Amino acid sequence: MAAWIQASLVLAVVVGLHVPLGDYMARVLDGGRHWRAEKAVYRVCGIAPDKEQSWRHYLTALLAFTVMSIAALFALFSLQDKLPWSTGHEGMPWRLALHTAVSFTTNTSWQNYAGESTTGHLAVMAGLGVQAFASAAVGICVALVLIRGLTRRSTEDLGNFWVDLLRTIFRVLVPIAVVGGLILMAGGVIQSLGGGHTVDTVAGAKQTLLDGPVASWEPVKLFSGDGGGVFNASSAHPFENPTAWTNAFEIVLMLLVPMACIRMFGRLIGSLKQSWTLLTVVGILFGLLLAAGSFAQSAHTGTVTEAIGGPHEGTETRIGVPGSTLFGVAATGSADGAANSAYDSFSSLGGGVLLSAMMLGEVAPGGTGSGLYGLIVVVLVAVFVGGLMVGRTPEYLRKRIGYAEMRWVVSYALIPPTVILVCTGFALATGNGQSSMGNPGAHGLTELIYAYTSNTNSNGSSMAGFNGATDFHNQLMVCAMLAGRYLPMACVLALAGRLAKQQPGVVTVGTLRAQGPNFVVLATAASVILALLNFLPALSLGAVADGLL
Amino acid sequence: MNHRLPPWLAQNTVAIRVVLLLTLLVGLAYPLVMTAAAQVPGLRGKAEGSRVTGADGKDAGSSLIGQSFTDSKGKPIKKYFQSRPSNAGTGYDGAASAAGNQGPESVVDAKDKPSLLTLVCGRSKAVGDLEGVDGARRFCTPDGVGAVLGVFREDGTTGRVTRVVSLNQACPAKPFVATYKGVDVECAKSGADYGRANTVPVRGDGPANPKVPADAVTASASGLDPHISPAYAKLQTARVARERNADESAVRKLISKYTTGRSLGVLGEPGVNVVLLNIALDREHPAPKSSSSKPSQASKSSQQGA
Repeated sequence: MAAWIQASLVLAVVVGLHVPLGDYMARVLDGGRHWRAEKAVYRVCGIAPDKEQSWRHYLTALLAFTVMSIAALFALFSLQDKLPWSTGHEGMPWRLALHTAVSFTTNTSWQNYAGESTTGHLAVMAGLGVQAFASAAVGICVALVLIRGLTRRSTEDLGNFWVDLLRTIFRVLVPIAVVGGLILMAGGVIQSLGGGHTVDTVAGAKQTLLDGPVASWEPVKLFSGDGGGVFNASSAHPFENPTAWTNAFEIVLMLLVPMACIRMFGRLIGSLKQSWTLLTVVGILFGLLLAAGSFAQSAHTGTVTEAIGGPHEGTETRIGVPGSTLFGVAATGSADGAANSAYDSFSSLGGGVLLSAMMLGEVAPGGTGSGLYGLIVVVLVAVFVGGLMVGRTPEYLRKRIGYAEMRWVVSYALIPPTVILVCTGFALATGNGQSSMGNPGAHGLTELIYAYTSNTNSNGSSMAGFNGATDFHNQLMVCAMLAGRYLPMACVLALAGRLAKQQPGVVTVGTLRAQGPNFVVLATAASVILALLNFLPALSLGAVADGLL
Repeated sequence: MNHRLPPWLAQNTVAIRVVLLLTLLVGLAYPLVMTAAAQVPGLRGKAEGSRVTGADGKDAGSSLIGQSFTDSKGKPIKKYFQSRPSNAGTGYDGAASAAGNQGPESVVDAKDKPSLLTLVCGRSKAVGDLEGVDGARRFCTPDGVGAVLGVFREDGTTGRVTRVVSLNQACPAKPFVATYKGVDVECAKSGADYGRANTVPVRGDGPANPKVPADAVTASASGLDPHISPAYAKLQTARVARERNADESAVRKLISKYTTGRSLGVLGEPGVNVVLLNIALDREHPAPKSSSSKPSQASKSSQQGA
């Protein structure tokens, strides 16, 4: 009972807070005046803030920023030992440095290393920290462009990448980080830049207690959709997540910005009905995942689970199984990838639910910005299919969704599954998949599929028994992350470019209205059916076989 | 100057500057400002790791990070409440947080790594023996390993049973069942390959609600969990009180003092902070000298001699 009240309470807080935050984002992110401090920044960086870009130029700027970000992170991680604040850690070997640089630039934050034994304070603050802000902002940038494509008429201008990027960081993300960090600090999250100290424990042994810039990192990793940790145990570590209420607060942080993006969408297109429609779709998908996850976790499937009396292995006492399940569904549904428990030790079907949440394409509610554009793509599929069913030209927000538009939509929908299944297959065919599995049989296969689904969908959570720290996986995961992040983004930008060029159509009685219960069902079904068509065979061999055989 | 460069090149010079600027502002200024804010009284103690002092007045660790209460051989020190099993380093290593990451069907022991099932069964038996209760669980053998049979069949996965091995019971152990479908059950020979056998876990007649609570037989996700469940604390109360010549009611009072309920009545689960509880016990009910199993300097040096 407490479990359901806990979930309802957390979700009610998210829904309550997403309204003012989304309204604020709509007000400050699109158009309006530049702040004086921002003008100074634009001058220093050589940005012409009022010069708008076509989708191609926008993409060029985004990719230039990405390349420079990866290069900066790569240098920072490789040369860590030559820089201050390394707290005694070595520079990373080049494959690991490249994987980590790409991982945090793409908002994935899959880590092939244990945080406390690999990264010093500088790498966390100036490396992971910068890209957590930036990669979240890049997602919101792409979402803003798609919104402009839907709202603007007969133009090539879709905004300025640099302005969108910096405004999102300074006006939205930094304020949330400061407030969130202070609240978490009050809950017991550490913020100290020392080198750790060793104490004599109560029983007379030695124990090393680490320091770290954790309270400044924690909220950023959660709201950005990043999820990786300063510590190996991520949000299970008591220094990252000390109490039951910080756990609830961390779930709120993961879900808040992606939900607020939906509200921002409604404001910017001038139809809050649209945003409530999308929110309902998200709510249904999230509710289904949470219900399925909770049921799978409490139904005691599995030999060891029954011997224990529940899926308690890999959960923290203060958080409990329900708090771990809710966190897990939120982290995989929001592309965040943080973990407050060992997802590998969830009941087989419970782990399968987390995997399914990612396989939905990260739309429930999805990543920061990327959740919104993923959701709009699902809506366009629904509009197209629905339009064909009633025999009308498919339209959305008075834009025709024809062959040229659907080409980009379909590409967007097919890229992630293709990357996931090809990479998984390649890893299995070369034997590198099998040798990295931490568990035997079907569960090992689940770990492998989970790994590539997480990398491709920019999630970053893991079934951590899987050993990704090999040359093969470091390199293949870099390919999966880059392809899974930037190819879909390019599709969205191209789609926005086409939409913006159109003349507005006229709403007639024959137009399929993209709101109301019928449309909610259509869009939810489109999302689920797409995921099932892509992934059912893989899921059957992994999680389902593990749970039912 | 930028307007003279082709656009793709101009974007790159902007990109370099933006990355550097963000590094300075959100990569350095922001965390340093947060660290400065952490110096405010009231936040400072928490930001520095919620340190605690032991009964001797010295720094004894953190109230958030669990500790082992075992001797140098890994045996429980009986006067202390025991923490949960841990996968952080060799146990509660504050510099190596980790989970076990074994799945719900991890039932067959490998050469160098016991299965999760065997770990659970072994812990349940050990805790049961320590506290004087029955440590039996489903899918566990009486000697505390996973009750799993390797069944060889005539046609691989189907057909008549030809041979049965108790996979987790190394010879010369006596198998937990004598026969399976009319075939005698063997113990497992070390080095033999049972890869072709069908894995059959045997539920047995273990209780649905075992005497030893779930958190006592499972490791946490961080390996640093400072809490145990109230049920596990209750199970340990009699032993700790006995070792300290203290009233059980006095010990129970301390347990309830260091029990945190659900936040706001609904968030999370109740837990007993073992670190704080044991420090309070040392302060208020110190164990008599003779029964102390805390490793002293003298005993350490004698071990080195041996």
